[in-house]
Amino acid sequence: MQVSMKLEMKDTPGQLVSVLEPISECGGNIIAVIHQRDPESESDTLDVQIVLDLPAGRLPALIDQIKERGVDILRIGEERLLHKRSLIMIGHIMHTDISDTVDQIDRTGFAEVSELSLMMPAINERSSARITIKTANRTDMESAVTILRRVAGKKELLVVEPLEEWA
Amino acid sequence: MRVALLGFGSVGQGVARMLGEKDLPLTLTAVADSKGGILDPEGISIPEAFSRKAKSGSCGRPKVSALDIVSSDAYDILVEVTPTNIDTGEPAISHIRKALGLRRHVVTSNKGPIALAHRELTELAGKKGVALRYEATVCGAIPIIHTLQHGLLGNEVKALFGVMNGTCNYILTRMEDEGLTYDQALGEAQEMGYAEKDPTYDVKGLDTALKLVILANTVWGMDAGIKDVKVTGIDLITPEAIQLAMDQETAIRLIGEAIPSKDLLRVSPRIIPRNHPLLVEGTLNALTVVTDMAGELTFIGKGAGSIETASAVIGDLLYIRERYAGRP
Repeated sequence: MQVSMKLEMKDTPGQLVSVLEPISECGGNIIAVIHQRDPESESDTLDVQIVLDLPAGRLPALIDQIKERGVDILRIGEERLLHKRSLIMIGHIMHTDISDTVDQIDRTGFAEVSELSLMMPAINERSSARITIKTANRTDMESAVTILRRVAGKKELLVVEPLEEWA
Repeated sequence: MRVALLGFGSVGQGVARMLGEKDLPLTLTAVADSKGGILDPEGISIPEAFSRKAKSGSCGRPKVSALDIVSSDAYDILVEVTPTNIDTGEPAISHIRKALGLRRHVVTSNKGPIALAHRELTELAGKKGVALRYEATVCGAIPIIHTLQHGLLGNEVKALFGVMNGTCNYILTRMEDEGLTYDQALGEAQEMGYAEKDPTYDVKGLDTALKLVILANTVWGMDAGIKDVKVTGIDLITPEAIQLAMDQETAIRLIGEAIPSKDLLRVSPRIIPRNHPLLVEGTLNALTVVTDMAGELTFIGKGAGSIETASAVIGDLLYIRERYAGRP
């Protein structure tokens, strides 16, 4: 699960480290630390935005630990579906029931279609669509794409997939 | 060393021209095309072969056949650059088999024999103690076979993928740059001489599949054939699909990929980020090799062309000379 939080802390040495420690103790992985200091500011506090990847269920413990260190959490947001992949479909997309195609992904419970852009040049001509799927992790993404491939195959749609980065 | 050249089309003429122009330790002693041949153990006149080709349509005389040349004593290395036959590999397989049997080295640009009979021919070459080299079969001027066989020795090659067909890459690039339809871009490619009158072999992904088979058999000693490759071509790609890709700072390219750990040999149109090293324009080829020690390596270069392909053939010839000249 990806979490983004905005923290207010004292502008003194060691403050930032004291917040980062509990994150790794909770098994989290820090993705970004955005550290903004306003040179005009008279205030002795500092706003820091942290983006992290955290195992499910650890967020309450992390919030407690950060508060114990005297840091205020100004805002917190979580993004459940972290993995995103866009594919392009070509064929008779409308006539093969586009809402069914989308539904086959959505009803899995682990994947959802977050964007669909459709271009239809003329009636009876093949149309093209870009479909973006979101899932919580890579394994779910592979399963969702496998479903899309199968559905598209039955409907005689060509699926153009991204070239995956070699991990 | 003495060289016999079979095939006097684009690649054959490029090789002959370079052998004539460059001061290389190689003598052209025979040349043949489908209509005739010429043979002289002392060396043939290359300019005369070109003028005969221009006048009569053949570089040689009708009474001398390719098989006469292969059976003769007039050469040490056979250069087999006749057109690819994807179904049978003939007559090139017979030419190569015969030459190897006579303990002659073979250099070829012909994908048919290497894709269809790689194991048989390499084993025969090994048994006879001669070389069979085929750099020019894959990605034209890019020295990918040499790199895989020699430059990356000791590495485990984990995957190979890339743009291996200049015709498809040209068509997709033009659709992207000018908003052309597939048919328009294909027509333009045919006018430019980048696509054949019957473009099936290129646009359906078969040419890429053959190259993938050659690479997989070379690197991993597979005995794969074109039937083992899952192939989708580019002929169904729409201008709208290209536009949808461009809207996300990506492009569509025909990619061949081989990943043995996933048991995967596939040719398919794919979405690639704009800043990706494989995203080349026009007729260029690009190939990424993933290895355990060297990491990822990407090669970009001209995948076709008379002189560019001759570069690969000449490289193989000189490699053989360096390794074998002076041996009994």
